[in-house]
Parts: sequence; structure tokens; C-alpha cells
Amino acid sequence: MSPAIELHHATKRFLTPSGTVFTALQNLDMAVEPGEFCAVVGPTGCGKSTTLALISGLEPPSEGEVKVFGEPVTGIGEGIGYVFQTDAVFPWKTVLENVAAGPRYRGVANRDAREQARDWLSRVGLSGFEDRYPYQLSGGMRKRVALAQSLINGPRILLMDEPFSALDVQTRSLMENELLGLWAASSASVVFVTHDLEEAISLSDRVFVITAGPGTVKSNYKVDLPRPRNVAEIRFEPRFGEIYQEIWNDLRDEVLVSYERQKRSGAA
Amino acid sequence: MNVRSAAGRLSAGMSARTEPAGRPAGDLVAKRRRDAQRRQLNVAGLRVLVAVVFLGGWELGTRLGWIDPFFWSQPSAIFAKLWYWISQGTELGPLWEQALVTMEETVGGFVVGSILGVIIGVALGRSRLLSDVLGPYIKAANAIPRVVVGALFAISLGLDIKSKIATAAVLVFFVVFFNAFQGVREVDRTLIANARILGAGDRQLTTEILIPSALSWIVASLHTSFGLALVGAVVGELFGATQGVGELIYNAKNQFDAAGVFAGMGLLAAMALVAEALITALEDRLIKWRPPVATETRI
Repeated sequence: MSPAIELHHATKRFLTPSGTVFTALQNLDMAVEPGEFCAVVGPTGCGKSTTLALISGLEPPSEGEVKVFGEPVTGIGEGIGYVFQTDAVFPWKTVLENVAAGPRYRGVANRDAREQARDWLSRVGLSGFEDRYPYQLSGGMRKRVALAQSLINGPRILLMDEPFSALDVQTRSLMENELLGLWAASSASVVFVTHDLEEAISLSDRVFVITAGPGTVKSNYKVDLPRPRNVAEIRFEPRFGEIYQEIWNDLRDEVLVSYERQKRSGAA
Repeated sequence: MNVRSAAGRLSAGMSARTEPAGRPAGDLVAKRRRDAQRRQLNVAGLRVLVAVVFLGGWELGTRLGWIDPFFWSQPSAIFAKLWYWISQGTELGPLWEQALVTMEETVGGFVVGSILGVIIGVALGRSRLLSDVLGPYIKAANAIPRVVVGALFAISLGLDIKSKIATAAVLVFFVVFFNAFQGVREVDRTLIANARILGAGDRQLTTEILIPSALSWIVASLHTSFGLALVGAVVGELFGATQGVGELIYNAKNQFDAAGVFAGMGLLAAMALVAEALITALEDRLIKWRPPVATETRI
């Protein structure tokens, strides 16, 4: 059986407004198994988000191959869900309309789409908020809307770009637990980008460490912590500390490299 | 924490001293409300005062011979003229008919100009090629003082309502167009990416993401553009008409009747104020998803 996601020597270059070429990713190799929860960690600006853009088909690679379930990615794929770092729910749609958008875009009749949306809203604990507009919700509730909006399409691959980074600590661990529950009930593969190593380990089966830009996979670690997990408590397990230590040794060098570069470009 | 408990103690102490003990929070709310009411009364009173001072000074100035009423008229003459128009009718027919004609022209021009502005603005905002090709022409057209097209329309479309609607529409078009164009250009990239991932096609992207997003820009421009529509209608009437408030003003001018000109101006101002209120209501309906802006007074 082919992996759910496969990146092979993927390179992505961008043309900057000043006309120079910026290499975001260089020869990135990565494979995610079906149903696997993967985290991608790395210093700021190492191309983590670009990796997701390649997998989703929002951006084509400059070189190399990106495959989803054995098929080369040529455009935005059917079975992809994407939860963005910033608020991406539509401010002019009510909560219900936001969640119903996906099925409607994919040709489901309006009534059925709303029915499905109601069901998903109850699953993320937002029953009774159907007619609110996003500005009337808290940050955590907007993230729930975003989750329901993505999951309603039944994605086989769920891409998450630092989805909880803007939330306060308590809301965050609450959302992380809920995410694990929702993921367990699906069969989706998840790629979860974060700069928070603790979050990465407590959620995932595998952690990819990306080098300071241009990004490439430095190493990957299997997280052999038992499931189901409670993210608020799992950090106290001795095994958690060992894994953290191991990955941090790897990650620290990259963070330092990235920090030095920032200092230099700031001084220049 | 500290601040709040200190404030609690403070209010408790104050209520114990100045008012019977019981519900300090309720008292505070009542006091707020009383203050707000008093302030509103103050503002209303001062507004009346400004009008009285202005109109009274004007009237007094003419009576004392400091202002020549032949050129500048006087409030009493203007009100008399208005009353005459209302009770006896104008030389063009009943006054309400003139107001109605001008309103029809304004609303017609406003609607036509807005719709064209939104359609073309969105189209150009979506298509890089179209905007690159047509951009300079639109800028050039915008640089012309556009009221002069009223003269052209008076020739080509005749003296009836069509030429005024066309003039008003041209004025409205550019304002709405630029706002719609900019609105589409400034749509949050993440929202577009999200919609595409969720499965939106090109058409859904336009109707469900681009237009709603641009709508707050467009609606903001409607206040300005309604005023311009009124300008267009009146200018159109000045270029040649048989009816309308602009035509009334034009006739008054030809008869050296300053009071008539002022009376027409007052009428236009009243119409603009009514329209402004209608547009604010429309705005609240169209973008009810936007958080309410905390403003103290609404003008």
C-alpha cells in the first residue's frame, strides 16, 4: 500500500518582489502513512507552511514530486482538509453557513448540507451557535468552526498550520484533546505544523524536524506514547521527557542557526 | 483583581455615603442612563441654538441693511417662498411633483451607476489582463470633470428623465467602481485558499467570497455616491429640463429670485438627509456580519 503522502526531493523556490530567488524548501523527502498523525517542527521561516501548500496543491513544487495516495498532485485535491493559522472562516457567513460551505461547493443540496453542518456543529460542541456570525465568537470557538468546516468534507488528509498558536494555554489543550478525539473517529492522516515541540509530541505518532531554511527534513522520530492520550497529562510521563530531550537536541541547532541569521539580517 | 476589588470598595463606600445602601450596581446603571439622556438633551438644545443664531443673524443682518437681500435673500423670504410653493404650487406644477421627479432621477442614476460599477469593478478586479488594458482609460475618464457629460446627454437623450439618469449614473459609477475594484483586490488570500480547498469553483469564489468581501468597501462608497447622484440629477436639470428641483432653481436664477434659489437648495438638503438615513438602514442590512462600531453619536 502506498503512503498517504509522499514528498520526494521536493524543492520550492519563490521569486521575491525585489527579483531575487528565495528557496523555501530544498530536496525535502517525507512520507506519511494512512491514518498517521504527523507533526512538523522547525524554526520560524523554515518552510513548514510551504510544505502544506505543496501537499494541498495550492502551490506546485519547483522540482521533485508530491504524491497523495500514490497519485501526483496536480491541483487542489478532493480529499484534503486545511486548517489555517489565521482565521479563515468567512466573516459574512453565519456559523452554520460556514460549516455547510464545503458540501455545498461540492454539489450537495443546500438542505442536506445544512443538516450535515448541524451534525458537525454538535460534534465540536457548538450547537446553539448556528446563527451567530464569527465576530460574535471567541477565538477558540472560531477554531472549532474551522475544524468542523474542514472535517465535514470527510478529508482523507488533514493539514493543519499552527492552528492553535493564537489560543490561550487552557483553550489550547482543550482543543488539542478534541482534535485527537475527532481524528480517532476518522481515518485521516494528519500533518500538523507547529513550532511548539511539546504540542508536537503530545499529539502525534511521528515528528519531522525541518532544518533552518531552506527547509529539508533533518530527522524524524517515532513517538511511541500510548493512545488514547490526554495532552494535558501526557507531558508528565517519563517517556515524554526522553523523547523531548532527544528531539530537542536536534531541533536546538536549527533554532540557533535561524536565530543567528535573524540577528544578522536585523543588524544589517 | 486588585483594581476591581478596590473599585468595588470605592463604589460601596460612595453609595453608603450618598445613597441608601442596597444595589450600587443598579444605581450606577441608572446614573449612566440619566447622564446619557442629559447629554442628548444638551446636544439637541445646542443644535437648535446654532440654527437660531445663524438664521436670526442672517435675518437681522438684512433688516439692519448689512446684507443686501436682493443678492443674499433672507430667511423670512425663503420660508415665505417655500410656503408659497407648497400652498400655491410652483410655476412648473405642484412642488411635490418637482421633488419626486428629481428623486426619481437621482435614484435611477444611483441604481444604474452602482450596478454597473460593481459589475465592472469586480470583473476588472478579477482579471489582471482586463485591468492592465483598461486601467489607463478609466483613469483618464475619471480625470475629466464628469458633470460636463450632462451637456452631451442633454443633446443625445433629450430633455426628459433619461439624460438626468445618465448624468447621475456616470458620477456614481466611478466612485462605486473604484471601491469594488479595490475591494476585490484586497480580499484576504487565506479566505480564497480556504474556499478553494473546500471545493469552491470560480463562480462560487466570485459570488461567495469576492463580492461579499468587497461589499463593505462598496457600501462605504454608497454614502458618497448618493450625494453625487443628486448632483448629477440637478446638473442634468440645469442643462435643460421641464421639471425638477434643479429646473426650479434655474428658473429662480433667471428671475433674479435669490429666495427661490435658496428655497430649492433647502429642499435638496432635506432630500439628501432623508436619503442618507435610508442608506444607513440599507448598510446595516447588507453588512450585518460586521461587528457594530462603537460610536457615541451618529450624524
